[in-house]
Amino acid sequence: MAIPIVYNIRSVRARWTSTIVAVLGIAGTVGVFIAMLSLARGFQATLVASGSPDNALIVRAGATSEMTSGVPLDSVKIIQDAPGIARGANGPMVTPEAVLMAPIPLLSTGTEANVELRGVSPNVLEIRKQVKIVQGRMFKAGLAEVVVGKNATNTYSGLTLGQTIALGTVRWQVVGIFDAGGSSFDSEVWGDSHLLSAAYSRPDNSFQSVTVHLTSPEALGQLKDSVTTDPRLNVDVIREIDYYAKQSTSLTTLITRLGGFVAMIMAIGAVFGALNTMYSAVADRGREIATMRALGFGGPSVVFSFLIEALLISFVGGVLGCLAVLRLNGLTTSTINFQTFSNLAFAFKITPDLLVMGVVFALAMGVFGGIFPAIRAASLPVATALREL
Amino acid sequence: MIRVDGQGNGKSLIQVRGLSKTYRRGGEEIQVLQRLNLDVDKGDFVGFMGPSGSGKTTLLNLLGGLDVPTQGSITVDGDEITHMSGSKLTKWRARHVGFIFQMYNLIPVLTAYQNVELPLLLTKLSGSERRKHVETALSVVGLTDRMNHYPRQLSGGQEQRVTIARAIVSDPTFLLCDEPTGDLDRKSADEIMALIEELVAKHGKTVLMVTHDPVVAARAHTTLHLEKGVLVEASKVEQGVVAGGVA
Repeated sequence: MAIPIVYNIRSVRARWTSTIVAVLGIAGTVGVFIAMLSLARGFQATLVASGSPDNALIVRAGATSEMTSGVPLDSVKIIQDAPGIARGANGPMVTPEAVLMAPIPLLSTGTEANVELRGVSPNVLEIRKQVKIVQGRMFKAGLAEVVVGKNATNTYSGLTLGQTIALGTVRWQVVGIFDAGGSSFDSEVWGDSHLLSAAYSRPDNSFQSVTVHLTSPEALGQLKDSVTTDPRLNVDVIREIDYYAKQSTSLTTLITRLGGFVAMIMAIGAVFGALNTMYSAVADRGREIATMRALGFGGPSVVFSFLIEALLISFVGGVLGCLAVLRLNGLTTSTINFQTFSNLAFAFKITPDLLVMGVVFALAMGVFGGIFPAIRAASLPVATALREL
Repeated sequence: MIRVDGQGNGKSLIQVRGLSKTYRRGGEEIQVLQRLNLDVDKGDFVGFMGPSGSGKTTLLNLLGGLDVPTQGSITVDGDEITHMSGSKLTKWRARHVGFIFQMYNLIPVLTAYQNVELPLLLTKLSGSERRKHVETALSVVGLTDRMNHYPRQLSGGQEQRVTIARAIVSDPTFLLCDEPTGDLDRKSADEIMALIEELVAKHGKTVLMVTHDPVVAARAHTTLHLEKGVLVEASKVEQGVVAGGVA
């Protein structure tokens, strides 16, 4: 049987000052690790939530985002008749969209940030079913009215219900607030696409993208075959959810790598903290270890015992780090979406798997911080250590 | 019967033959034990005396399997331990040796009960069997009422009693005592020695004890002196004769 774990628990408690240092080091590292990953997760979730598997996005062939795309009105008309597109009471469920940027002052600092203006068709709510008007009403086609995403209304000045705001050459009235289920649309302002283009002196017969509602998720292939082989069209078709997932890749990769790097640097510090704690534990308890060895506990038992102790410390640190960072969950922050150069609000998303990853990360630090002191403990010369004072 | 001339009948519990131990310090070789012989029978109580640095503790460490000799052999109850591997020796210690240390060497974060239970964790005894053994050992040393106390809550004498309980709890082949009263006042020392004597007389334990104190040594059946790396019986020390030659 191994050395009883109660020995480790009480030893850790007896040396609480050095234990706290190690625990805090590990907790801080785990906290940063989870915070960075939850930031990336939140950003990714926000963008991915913007897409629906039932929708397809059509952009100019070769365009990497809506901002670099252009779909002329003639193409939109051809696309509307393509197979695989669902039809509603008002005809094909298609929304040709114009995407523009407008600098609007932030409520928090008063400085201007780019807000994405999306010119949409009045039937857009039938196509993007996750978007719901929660206050006011939908804008009316042909009127200088806009509806505002719930994050945008809370983030920028002049975007609350009933206010008017100058966008381009026109003053617009905010007639509704919508909830897009935590997606990137929540940071946008939507209005009539023809009027928005005109307000910014953009050609009325060109759009950045066309979003269509499919008869079923499986109809994508049919639509794709049809529009990509039509010689009159020069477009790419992508499932909407995939488009937004791809849009999130570069920033999530950046955040994850940066977060990983920072966490790794901190982890090295935390491992040294754990090493220091464990080495001093071994040094302080040389006689105890030797006594155990004299009584008949083998070297592997001692290694295991000290590893358990290091893991105990790191586990407490890991859990503490998780608890400390848990309050960030759901906290909204914003960043520039590099694909559109607009400000995108998103929330830290701390999921159970991230917490598990945090604890596993902590335990890994515990193993690195504990294994060498544990080996040293097992290889202490018993006869000499027994007489240590 | 205890012999130091290497002429035992081969039936002794502990047989030491030609035992030498040499240490290297810097470039210098220090020979601590020189071709030492010893025979100890079951139930014997041997005291080892000698000046500081004479090798008493080294001998005890070798007998307890905590150190390996440079030459010679140690056989305990038919097992030759000098050529055992480290892990085998560890298992052998657990089964055959009970250690009693000068500084008690109790684990401070464990209660008296848990300290005494430690050697039993290496056996296949069940929890309830272990409890029975621990309670018996603690009752032998008169500390049943202190079983839930931590070492810091006990006096020196009581701590040494717990150490003795830990040493006897697994019923080892023999007990090794390294200055068992070295850290105690005379009264406590007397009590501890009375307890050790009782273990020998009543429970038939074999005890090998190192001490500086002639009063304590006098309580052993036989006192051996370590001089110049060899063992000499106390009576022969007075006559100036060393085993195997003249001192």
